[in-house]
Amino acid sequence: MSVNITLLVVMGVLMACGIYLLTERSMTRVLLGLILLGNGINLLILAMGGVAGPAPLVDPNIPGEKYADPLPQALILTAIVITFAMTAFLLGLIYRSWWLSRRDEVEVDAEDVRVRRTGPRDSEGGDA
Amino acid sequence: MSWIASLAPVAVVLPLLGAAGTFLLRRHAVAQRIISIAVVAVVLALESLMLASVWDGGATAVLLGGWAPPFGITMVVDQFSALMLVVSSVVSLAVLIYATSQGAADGDDDGPVSIFFPAYLILVAGVSNAFLAGDLFNLYVGFEILLTASYVLLTLGGSPERVRAGTTYVVISIVSSLLFLTAIAMIYGATGTVNMADLAVKLGELPAGTQTVLHLMLLCAFGIKAAVFPLSFWLPDSYPTAPAPVTAVFAGLLTKVGVYAIIRTQTLLFPDDRLDDLLLWVALATMVVGILGAVAQTDIKRMLSFTLTSHIGFMILGVGLGSRAGLAAAIYYVVHHIVVQTSLFLVVGLMERRAGSSNLDRLGSLAKVAPLLAVLYFIPAMNLAGIPPFSGFLGKLGLVDAAVRDGGWLAWTLVVGGMVTSLLTLLAVARVFNRGFWRPASEAESPDPLLLMAEAQDGSRVRTYQVVADRPESRFSDRGDVAVLPSGMVWCTGALVAVGVALTVFAGPLFGYADRAADALTHPQQYIEAVLGGHDVPAHHGGSGTGSDAGGEH
Repeated sequence: MSVNITLLVVMGVLMACGIYLLTERSMTRVLLGLILLGNGINLLILAMGGVAGPAPLVDPNIPGEKYADPLPQALILTAIVITFAMTAFLLGLIYRSWWLSRRDEVEVDAEDVRVRRTGPRDSEGGDA
Repeated sequence: MSWIASLAPVAVVLPLLGAAGTFLLRRHAVAQRIISIAVVAVVLALESLMLASVWDGGATAVLLGGWAPPFGITMVVDQFSALMLVVSSVVSLAVLIYATSQGAADGDDDGPVSIFFPAYLILVAGVSNAFLAGDLFNLYVGFEILLTASYVLLTLGGSPERVRAGTTYVVISIVSSLLFLTAIAMIYGATGTVNMADLAVKLGELPAGTQTVLHLMLLCAFGIKAAVFPLSFWLPDSYPTAPAPVTAVFAGLLTKVGVYAIIRTQTLLFPDDRLDDLLLWVALATMVVGILGAVAQTDIKRMLSFTLTSHIGFMILGVGLGSRAGLAAAIYYVVHHIVVQTSLFLVVGLMERRAGSSNLDRLGSLAKVAPLLAVLYFIPAMNLAGIPPFSGFLGKLGLVDAAVRDGGWLAWTLVVGGMVTSLLTLLAVARVFNRGFWRPASEAESPDPLLLMAEAQDGSRVRTYQVVADRPESRFSDRGDVAVLPSGMVWCTGALVAVGVALTVFAGPLFGYADRAADALTHPQQYIEAVLGGHDVPAHHGGSGTGSDAGGEH
């Protein structure tokens, strides 16, 4: 199987940037990271379909193995729609989060902090 | 009876149509409720017929749109998927009626809560689609459908707490989905197909190293969804903040879809590339770390979320053993755990409603205030901890038996780990009973004033809402709903607890069924033939007549 090197390099760059942004604490950057990562994976699926060819509309003059593989394109189309829905939902969530706390960050879980602080007091000795 | 199985796409399409209908009728709460319950009930009836048709064995493939495998979308009904479908629908129906009674009691005719029913039906459709999927990409689509619905349900109402928990949950879920998608792309690059039956043949021909990479990627993606250690930290963080019915249905179904996918990966896709030792170590860590987290909690919902992740380890143990006995016990344990964990979350929802809190520091005297709740909590709690004769005990016995038959030192280590986990589970659930139900409310760290009032009445049949009504100066006087348990909610919880007990009563036939399903899983030829067998005559195999109604999914 031969692959397109430009496609692979672009995919690598998109994925690297996406993963870097994912590790940020700011929600907007996390979202951008997810979008880049999603697009990188779409390119990966495209690359996995093999070399480009004519559209797979049957033409008696073109031998079967010349056509582009249509299945990865169908998969990518579905993946794009799903990523679109995710992006829209996350944008809504980020806006709501900002509207509530005026901060574009993942907040600390208050209950986690409480459990950590009250560890000794919560021992079994009292009510055994 | 095999034509019944060819109606499988209806289990996905009907809830989706129902979701559309309830969305259009979002101003008519009663119509929404009727449609939702009717749709899930019809789907449950259909799936029960499918279960009956494969009771003794066999697998049926439905080719959507009449496309020949491995090119088109395939849905496969075999013993394992039929059982999972029925159990998931039983739980969905119980939780739906529970949520309906709660909504009816609270009188939420408008407001954002009307989105609950469409989102819930889409969740049901996604779960059905994931269980029926015969190709990896359709499995991915099923996951996405149920996850998207779960995002909406988890952040229902958009309170600060839910938005915080929802953000973590959404990001983690998307990352796991992207990992899954990457794995699909690479598998397609390596084999040129995404059909699972076709992959079962072609993946075995790949070099061993390539197989291991693809296998690990799939296991990571499914491991996040199934919440196995160390990929489980998101779950106790996000689940407890959701409304009680939502947490209950998530706890029952979402992680089990991940477990289902792991079982299919192990038995169908990579039967030769085992990675069993890795799974066994993961199972041990999942059980022990999860239950240690549960013991440390004071909030009951958080405690139950930790036991949920912990008990996923038992299922992974059965899968990791890889034997027929191990898989049979794992299947039985999945069924048991779906029902019991959901009932417990429903009971906690009732406790929260009755006592105003699910925090153990605020609870007490509940056994006197609400004796029925004490019974409803006690049965599934003992069931979860694995006390004989309940189904939890039978499932764990099956797993221990399979591990002992395996005989390796790692299997024996897991037997010990499983015992310790069971004991600690008993400690965790008994602590809830001691502190929440048994002790007087006045001994609680910061007791809820409502419970103190109830205790002060000192009657044999204390009705707390009368206490509230009698004392208009209390902080609950403006809430007419507090401390009242709608009978629908109690009945549903009771029914689900009864189903949990029935798993013990009918353990014989059920274990026999699980054993036959495990046999079919360890011999995937039947599955492969059901899908690819009609390859020479693509036009009429299974039910191509039903193909047109769900063909446009990609």
